[in-house]
Amino acid sequence: MKTRKTLIVPLLLLPIAIMAEDWPCFRGPEGNGFSVENKIPTELKKAWKIALPGRGLSSPITIGNMVFVTASSGSIQDRLHVFCFDGNKGSTLWERQFWSTGRTMAHKKTNIAAPTPVSDGRYIYALFSCNDLVCLDLKGNLRWLRGLTRDYPNASNSLGMASSLLVTGKTLIVQIENDSQPLAIGIDTNNGKNRWKLSRPKSANWTTANLLPGAGKGGKTLVALQSKDGIHAINPANGKTEWAYEGGASTIPSSTRMGKVLLVPSKGLTAIQPRHDGSTYTQLWRVSKLRPATASPTVANGKIYNVNGAGVLSCISPDEGKTLWQLRLKGPFSGSPVAAGKHLYYFNEAGLGQVIDSSGKEGKIVSKVDLGETILSTPAISNGALFVRSDEHLWKLN
Amino acid sequence: MKRHKLPHLLAITTLCSFLGADTASSIREIRSVDAEGRGNESAAEAWSKITKGDANTIPVLLAAMDDANVLAANWLRSAVDTIAQRNTKSLPIAELEEFLSNRNHNPKARRLAYELIARSKPALAKKLIKNMLNDPSVELRREAVQGILDRAQKEDSTNLYETALNAARDIDQIDEAKNALTEAGIKVDLPLHFGFLMHWKVVGPFDNTGRKGFATIYPPENEINFAKSYTGKKGTVKWSNLKTADTYGMVDINEPYGHLKEVVAYAHHTFESNDARKAEIRLGCKNAWKIWLNGSLVFERDEYHRGMRIDQYTLPIEIQKGKNQLLIKLCQNEQKESWTDQWQFQLRICDSSGTAILAKNRLPTPQPKAPTRRPKRG
Repeated sequence: MKTRKTLIVPLLLLPIAIMAEDWPCFRGPEGNGFSVENKIPTELKKAWKIALPGRGLSSPITIGNMVFVTASSGSIQDRLHVFCFDGNKGSTLWERQFWSTGRTMAHKKTNIAAPTPVSDGRYIYALFSCNDLVCLDLKGNLRWLRGLTRDYPNASNSLGMASSLLVTGKTLIVQIENDSQPLAIGIDTNNGKNRWKLSRPKSANWTTANLLPGAGKGGKTLVALQSKDGIHAINPANGKTEWAYEGGASTIPSSTRMGKVLLVPSKGLTAIQPRHDGSTYTQLWRVSKLRPATASPTVANGKIYNVNGAGVLSCISPDEGKTLWQLRLKGPFSGSPVAAGKHLYYFNEAGLGQVIDSSGKEGKIVSKVDLGETILSTPAISNGALFVRSDEHLWKLN
Repeated sequence: MKRHKLPHLLAITTLCSFLGADTASSIREIRSVDAEGRGNESAAEAWSKITKGDANTIPVLLAAMDDANVLAANWLRSAVDTIAQRNTKSLPIAELEEFLSNRNHNPKARRLAYELIARSKPALAKKLIKNMLNDPSVELRREAVQGILDRAQKEDSTNLYETALNAARDIDQIDEAKNALTEAGIKVDLPLHFGFLMHWKVVGPFDNTGRKGFATIYPPENEINFAKSYTGKKGTVKWSNLKTADTYGMVDINEPYGHLKEVVAYAHHTFESNDARKAEIRLGCKNAWKIWLNGSLVFERDEYHRGMRIDQYTLPIEIQKGKNQLLIKLCQNEQKESWTDQWQFQLRICDSSGTAILAKNRLPTPQPKAPTRRPKRG
């Protein structure tokens, strides 16, 4: 069996059970789409594909050799699935199903299995747009569940919700933000009970929170909750806002963390950095013409990458937000990109994967792979491979 | 269908007797889970014990879903999945079949029993599903209806399409049968099939500037008096009749008032029931709304223009014998985009399977107006 290498930096941020090869949440260990793995091929080949039921645009997540995927099925998507696949063989290790206890209406482009699950290395936490939240161990044993619509009957969005989960320490961050009863909840990972509950800005919001290591007083890790109002940096232990960026922000693409800097889709793209004393933030730069569309920005090779609504990829310098080069990709994109080493991996809605070498003076598409199905999700990078899902299938590409 | 008034815990305890007191106790723990995560720790412990059981535990767990709350049902469901996955070749088919045949059991649990049978004995499942055309389980019924629709298409049989339509509760299957019948020249009264309420009294517009009208209590929330006039947003307003001939029961509030913004209207319907019973209000609406039944607020929703569909909201209610007063408040906001023009709703009363409950005082479905013909040229 392959020896699992520990990753020093994420280990400071995540529980000890998370390893370098793991991809435990939406856009990976650092919430920016970047993987430290250096053996991801540039010519992606289909190693296996496995059929999925119903619908889903949540990202796969991985722990060790296990790949976890959620899906929703049934005529009104009221069957909720959590799968665990063997990453080597592409076979099913276990599946658990649940019945939705909340509303299952969503815009036809999205679906009920939109939020990406998260793992702390020991447990899997899966949320669905109908507000059903389950915690399973890695063998599929149920540890707890919640039906958040039962608790908060108006916390729903008729277009569907999609904010993915985040876990830090013993707190699971759940965002169910909408026009009617918008909430962020800190849930005790041990028993599924609320540690705290926050009323959030009244607006539909599909963004996912980011961890901000060392951004709070005394070097505490904070959680950046994004909304139409901007960023609230909260203490995950009690939900209290430590500082806020109130310049407004998008409710679709999420912020991206690059080291200590948070790149916020706000009035274009705005870079903010928490101050050393944890009291507030400093705005480093803002570039109004850089407008992330649906896909969130990513980082690689010491640079920032953003694709706009026209499919134009911009490589951006991290110090002043200057555009270094641009490259037209074949879009449109709903899922966010991922990156490893000097390569960027963009999958458009038509299922075309485009691999970009970002290391030169100009970006260059070095290979393509056509999955032939609609791809609206963000891939995962793990164990030398990409895992990509559509409604119908999960692929391993390496 | 009326469910047995069986004391379920007692029944479960009896069922558990041959499996031991531990099983009964574990089931009790799981059935105790409630809102806000209450009971999760005990349930997890019980779940861990119960899933160590063999396949004979499965029918007991399925029975324990009867009258269990939706959270407990999910705990039990995942326990069944776990045991079944470990015992794929030793499922108690006869017991599952017996469980499935008893329509008093939880419809979702019966569907799960059916799927376990289908996994091991597909031919048996295929035989069983044929008798489930009018099953209380929506999913079992759907599969049975699909079998009839497939046959109807193959045999080009309007009789089979009619059978499918009468049994169908899902919109896609209803549409398929209706379209085939319409093509064959057979008239289908879909509003009657669904049970959409087509005749309303409406009053408005009242003010909703700054979306404040949602929380503002206008006179119809305090009294229903069709003879009275009120001060509206721009002058005196009074109740008027509004009926719809829409195939899917859409009531268009723009029709009487014009395409207004930042306004509130109320719609009222008297639903006369033959008996007191449990029912569901099923509503589709993309405007903010509130619903009262017999003067009590059923639910309210402060969301604008995020989409609508038939049965978007399912609201459990108890209707009384005789007259039931249904009042709906409909708020239109300030948005100017073309997709925010709609100020409308579609509402029906049905049972939990989606079968229409028709009022004693239901009027015939209004006929669509004939399209206006352009005068001939020349």
